[in-house]
Amino acid sequence: MSYSEQEGDSHYADTAPGYERYDEHQPAEAFLSYLVGLGLATLLTIVSFFISGTTLVWGPSIPVALVVLAIAQMGVHLVFFLNITTGPDNVNNVMALAFGVLIVLLLLAGSLWIMAHMNHNMMPMDQMMRMQR
Amino acid sequence: MSAFEAAAGRGNFDRIGHDRESWDRRYPPQEAVGGLLSKRIIVGYGFWIFLLSDIIMFSAFFATYAVLVGATAGGPSGRELFNLHNVGIETACLLLSSFTCGLASIGARMNRGSLFYGAMAATCILGAAFLFIEVHEFVGMVAQGAGPTRSAFLSAFFALVGCHGLHVTAGLLWLLTMMAQVFAKGYRADILRRVLCFGLFWHTLDIIWVAIFTVVYLMGAGQ
Repeated sequence: MSYSEQEGDSHYADTAPGYERYDEHQPAEAFLSYLVGLGLATLLTIVSFFISGTTLVWGPSIPVALVVLAIAQMGVHLVFFLNITTGPDNVNNVMALAFGVLIVLLLLAGSLWIMAHMNHNMMPMDQMMRMQR
Repeated sequence: MSAFEAAAGRGNFDRIGHDRESWDRRYPPQEAVGGLLSKRIIVGYGFWIFLLSDIIMFSAFFATYAVLVGATAGGPSGRELFNLHNVGIETACLLLSSFTCGLASIGARMNRGSLFYGAMAATCILGAAFLFIEVHEFVGMVAQGAGPTRSAFLSAFFALVGCHGLHVTAGLLWLLTMMAQVFAKGYRADILRRVLCFGLFWHTLDIIWVAIFTVVYLMGAGQ
């Protein structure tokens, strides 16, 4: 339900306003949201576990598929469990999330990139032993 | 009234584009603190910032693990150690507990004790089952000589998964505290804010577990 239309109703009189996940949904709607989230997350989890052990798809594509499924499942958790939406009342939450995701990506990609280069440039161990003698 | 319509100049707006009427209806003056938003929004938003910083901390553990995953020092690799059957059960426990935690927050909002206490108890049991399986796995690995001191890979593994396990332990203590507080003090506004934060925390732990079972277990076992 859109937040501007129906919220003058009595149920807004006794609940604290503001927090999206509580105020935008009636109990039945909130329950449905959690149920849909549970269903989607279960589906994605089962597909992940199935794909990790299968020989039906091309081997090297499996890790990529797993990462895509994991990101999809995190999205399901964010939308249906944490109720982060793209609504105009949720801009602050989404901006904070976007900044967090940026830092996470920089940290992960940066670490992997730098360490891969260092491994690549490192002298093989036997040569290093010889030089120390 | 959407932000777009606000920008287009329709409706009754104030200078910064808020729909004044619906704004006041949503945030009645008695809930406002010095012209700010209601305390519930501030608390929820602040806790969300904390959770994001927690996720960033976890990402450092993930980066460490990803860098060190091949450094087994001749010891066992994930392929030999991980039991995906157990991981599947752990995942099911945590996912279901996330669902029951959501039910508990509905129960708290409706002031319905049977739903709140029942769902919180279910969350607690599922979380404890998750922890039990995880500790069992850790003890088994240490017993077969694959403890955190065996290789850099295992150090990173125990640090990452153990850190998540510690978070779940803290979450369980918090869960019991919230049950006790609601029991002792009722559905007061400040208690409900804490229940809200607990729910956010618990759902976030599940998000981190999604990353762990994908990156550590599924990719590790499939290498």
